[in-house]
This record gives sequence, C-alpha cells and structure tokens, in this order.
Amino acid sequence: MSDTLEIKDLKATVDGHEILKGLSLTVPKGEVHAIMGPNGSGKSTLAKVMAGHEDYEVTGGSVLMDGEELFDMDVDERSRAGFFLAFQYPLEIPGVSNANFLRAARQARLPEGEEIDAVAFYKEMYARMDELGMDRKFTGRSVNEGFSGGEKKRNEILQMVMLDPKYAVLDETDSGLDIDALKVVAHGVNAMRSPERGFLVITHYQRLLDYIVPDVVHVLFDGRIVKTGGKDLALKLEAEGYDWVKDEVLANA
Amino acid sequence: MSEAATLEAVTIDSEGDFSYPEAYAHDAGVGLNEDTLDYISNVKGEADWIREFRKKALKTFESKPNPTHWASKDLENIKFENIRYYLSKGQKPTRSWDEVPDDVKQTFERLGIPEKERKYLAGVEAQFDSEAAYSNVKVELEKEGVIFVNSTEGLREHPELFRKWFGKVIPTGDNKYSALNSAVFSGGSFIYVPPGVKVKHPLQAYFRINAENFGQFERTLIIVDEGAEVTYMEGCTAPKFETATLHSAVVELVAMADAKIQYITVQNWSNNVFNLVTKRAIAHENAEVRWIDCNIGSRLTMKYPGVVMKGRKARGEVISIALANDGQHQDTGAKMVHAADETTSNVVSKSISVGEGRSTYRGLVHIPKHLKGCKNNTECDALLINSNSRTDTYPAISVRGNQHATQHEASVSQVSEDQIFYMQQRGLSEAAAMSLSVNGFVNDLVREFPMEYSVELKRLIDLEMEGSVG
Repeated sequence: MSDTLEIKDLKATVDGHEILKGLSLTVPKGEVHAIMGPNGSGKSTLAKVMAGHEDYEVTGGSVLMDGEELFDMDVDERSRAGFFLAFQYPLEIPGVSNANFLRAARQARLPEGEEIDAVAFYKEMYARMDELGMDRKFTGRSVNEGFSGGEKKRNEILQMVMLDPKYAVLDETDSGLDIDALKVVAHGVNAMRSPERGFLVITHYQRLLDYIVPDVVHVLFDGRIVKTGGKDLALKLEAEGYDWVKDEVLANA
Repeated sequence: MSEAATLEAVTIDSEGDFSYPEAYAHDAGVGLNEDTLDYISNVKGEADWIREFRKKALKTFESKPNPTHWASKDLENIKFENIRYYLSKGQKPTRSWDEVPDDVKQTFERLGIPEKERKYLAGVEAQFDSEAAYSNVKVELEKEGVIFVNSTEGLREHPELFRKWFGKVIPTGDNKYSALNSAVFSGGSFIYVPPGVKVKHPLQAYFRINAENFGQFERTLIIVDEGAEVTYMEGCTAPKFETATLHSAVVELVAMADAKIQYITVQNWSNNVFNLVTKRAIAHENAEVRWIDCNIGSRLTMKYPGVVMKGRKARGEVISIALANDGQHQDTGAKMVHAADETTSNVVSKSISVGEGRSTYRGLVHIPKHLKGCKNNTECDALLINSNSRTDTYPAISVRGNQHATQHEASVSQVSEDQIFYMQQRGLSEAAAMSLSVNGFVNDLVREFPMEYSVELKRLIDLEMEGSVG
C-alpha cells in the first residue's frame, strides 16, 4: 500500500537467535505510532533491522515504504529514499564537524554533478538550530564528540529536521534525557508532525508519550506485536507494568 | 586515425592506471652490474667523476644488506636482477609541450599537468620513466638566475653550483637504497635559487612510471641561497602492473642562511610499487625547511624526511599524511637532527589504515648535550578504519642536556563499522562515509597546504576510498 510504512510478518535473527518472530504493523503517513515493550522484547532490533544494520539477518517478511521494499535497498539508499532512524546511542565522528556532516548528507541527496547551495544550506541550518535551542558553536564541533546525552539526542533531531524524511523511527530517544531536554526533543518532533510524514516512536517508558502524544500504541513482546490500542494503553502500561500483557500472551498460547 | 589508435592507452580504470606501448631508444636491459652503469653514463655523456661515483655506489649497494632487522621483510621480495634500470626514448627535455612525443604528452595531459602549469606554476619538469620529457621555467625566473634542470644537465652545465652539495646531504652509504640510487640515478630536478630571490609560484616536477619491471631512480638537489625562498612540489603515479616496480629516489635540500624551502609531495602510486625514498635537508643559520609529504598507495613506502639544523635558529618541519589501504604498508616518519643552538623542529604525522592496510610511524629526534635552547614538538595520530588495520609507532627521541623543550603526543582513533553505519543511515555511501572520516582526520593539516594541493589530496582520498569498497 502506498503512503504507509508497512511491516509484514518480519522475522530477524542475531547470532543465530531469533529476536523478531513475525512482527506486523502499519504506520500511515500523518500518524505517530508508539512501540512499547519490556527489555529484550526486540524494540531496538526492529529499529536496526529496518535501517539495515549488518549484524542482523532478516529471515522472513518485509518492510514496505510507500510500497517499496526497504530490504532491496542499501543502508544509504533507504536513507535517501526517506527513511530516518534516530539512534538510541548516536555515534561520535571525530574530526568531522556537524556542519560538514549535514552538508555531506544533503549533498548525497542531489543528482550527480550538482553542488549544494552553501549559503542557503547554512541559513536553513541556523534557523533549525535556533528552533531547537542549539548554540551556533555546535556546527564547528565534531559530530557528537564530547556531547552530553541531551546534546546528542538534540543533534539527532536536528539531523532529522534537515533531512526531512518520509518516515522517522525514534529508538528510545528519551533514554538518558532530563525533563528539560526531553521537552526540547519532543517539541522538535511535534513541530515535524505532518500529513506527509509518519513516526514510529520506540520507548520503554510512557513519559515521552506525555509530550509526543501517539495516535496508536503497540505493545511488543517476545518479537511480536501482542496488543494495539490508543494512547490510553500507554498509561495502563505505565501504571500496571508489563506483567498483565505477558500473562495474557501466555494464557492465549 | 590509425596513428591515434596505436597511441591508445592500454588500461583505464582509475585515474593514473593506464600505460602506453613501450618504444624506447635506450634500454639498459634487465639486471644490474657495472655494464649497466657504463651504459647509463655513455647515454648521458657523463664526466669521469660521475662514472666513478656510480661505480663506488654500486659496491656500497652490494655490500649493504636489506635492513630487514628493523624494516619489513617484504623488502626481500624486490628482485634486483629482474629490474630494468634505465629506459628512455632518447628525447631531450623540450620547453614546449608541442615537441613532446605524443604518447608522453598524452600521458601528462591525462594527468592534468599542462593545465596546472598554465594556472599556477612557475616551472614544470615532467619525467617519463628515466628521463625528463619536458622542462620549463618562466622566463622572469630565468633572468633572475633561477636554475631548474634535470640531474644530467645540472651536473654537466653547472658543476660549480651543484657538485659541492651533490651526495653531501645524503652520502651514498646512508642506506642500501640511497646507494642504489647513487649508482643508477637518472632524472629528477636540480634547482638553484640565487641569494634574495623569492620564487612566488611553486616549481613542480611530475614523475611517471610507464614501463613494467622498471625502476625509477630520480635524483633531486635543491640549493636555495641566502635569504631566497622556493616551494617545490612533486607528484608521482604509475599504472597497475602485475609485477612489482621500484621507485627509489634521493632528494637533497640545502637551505643557506635565512633561506626558506617548502617541499611538497603528493604521491599516488599503484599498489605494486616499492617506494623507498631518502629525503634530507640541511638548514643553515635561521633557515627554514618544511617537508609536506602525502603518501597514498604503493605496496611498501619507506620514507623519513629529515632536517639537519646546522645553523643557529634553524627550523625544520615535517608534516606527513599516509594512507594505507588493503595490501599496502606505509612506513613513514621524520628525522630531526639538532646541530646548533636555538634550533626548532616540529613533526606532525597522521596515518590512516584501511582494511588490512598497515601504517608505521618512525620518528627520530636528536638533541645533543652541548646545545642550548632547542625545541621539538612531535605529534603522531593514527586512524584505523575497520578492524583488521594495524598501526605502530616507534619514536626515538634522544634529548641530552637540560636546556631544551620537547613534547611528544600520540593518539590512535578508530572509525568502526557502527560509525560507517551511522553515516550511511544519513544517506552517505560507504565510500563517502569513509572519505568524510579520513578528510575530517587530516583536515587541520590539509589547511596548511596550498589550495590546489588540498583539493588534489581530497580528490585522491575520495578515489582511494571508492576503490576500497567492494
């Protein structure tokens, strides 16, 4: 189907262990879906598998982005086609400034032989940084090097804004954030919500969803989506933990 | 049309990887003995003292073992008996590209040399195998007394200038390969800049190997007289042959009092070339010598540019970048010999190892006890891309006496698969991600280069990274 990010019966292993065991869900453009689940349920695996990390082997199923198979594309092709992953642990790139990194990422989206308009690029980047409350000095610093947890996550959001993806997956973006940083990050995401974009927000805690209010909440357990509901489902999980979900799954097994 | 067809290059895949069919007027044959030396001397019409110099050097070369007790065992794979030591088309270097033989001219045109000459160079020498095919220096410089010729012409036409220093900065017996070069040298640049003359634009030499199983042994001697200044740049390439090729140069620089020399190398050898080069400078009082050395490609490079600071307040600097890809070993470094009071040296070395590529840094700093007020700063940083890379650092700093300042810093950083994955997730291809990391790593050094050369280096890094992605 077009205008959706559609995950169908996805199975994946790492080091021979099956982590995703037939996961299905669909994120239409314009919606924010959350995935919650206990530790070890496969949340981060899902994010990395979709992005194409080579440690994970896809053993079945598919992910269609606006009808196109993600698994037919290389990691960088997925990105250029409009798939963005905000990392749980953003990597540091010594010696490469934030500005150069973003510029290279934008340049990679232009046709061969076309040069990026540097003036327009800087103007846009500065405007976005102002919105995210980021200091201009950030542009000259090496990507994520020596950044605090909050700065790294803010930088992920800046990259997302600058790359303007069709679908963004946020992998535990709330981990390691204090409440102020969390608000800034949530504000950045909310400002990007649009009928032209879908979000999949992966989180362990309900807290983030107070600020990024989801349209749909999925519960991931043991490699499958075991429950889907509205934002109230997140509140119930926060109040009661995951045990009742586990019990339900085991009862149905 | 048929003529054009015969000149068609044999192979084309990356930039320097092409060659033209061989047709040489002078060929010293395969292998090395006294007859080889006589052949070279006869072709060049050399004076007796040069013939003697060559023959003594051959004996020194034969008596010295390969330095495999400290250097790579790969040196044993050089088959001296299979190498061709002299090849030339019998051409005299011309001052006009129009007079250069077509295949040679096309080679240099493909490498962009005439275009660069028009844009920003004060003089160019282009060497094809053993001899220069083209040599030209701007008329204004010639009028000021600047001499820019090849080694044969330099020793024949200007012995009063060059003989005094020839083989004095780097004696024949310095090492096995300086001895080999002294026996069979051909080509290279002999430059003299008279007192007070400041050459504004760079002089450039370009060394091209075209023939298989060939050894290139250029010899360069640059003398910059009191208060004079020059920047010299050299570039090197060779096609990718199946068999090993040897490049073994000797470069001697003499900076008289208050003189300044900047010597820039950007070499892009194919990975079958053994590149074993000896480079050293003497800096007299208040003189400054700066080596900027970029080593990309080759099978094994061994090169440690040095400065002997002989006069008070002399300054020496080595800035080097080495990139070792799969199957390559860059064994590079610097030698700083302080031989007068208040001398200052600076060494900044950056090495990049990709895949199974290997980088070694060897640095020697010598400050003897009787001197006062000497300073040395050494920084060496290594970057590893992917897990199999290897890097070693062997600093040898001997500082005696307590009136000196030295500091040494070393670091190793790594670009992991996860970092490449992260960059790819932002849309960069694997090659672009690696290039960006490498360029980021060398960025602060490259800023010191003349513009044209920093652009060139960035392009070479991009090409090398593209080649390293399967």
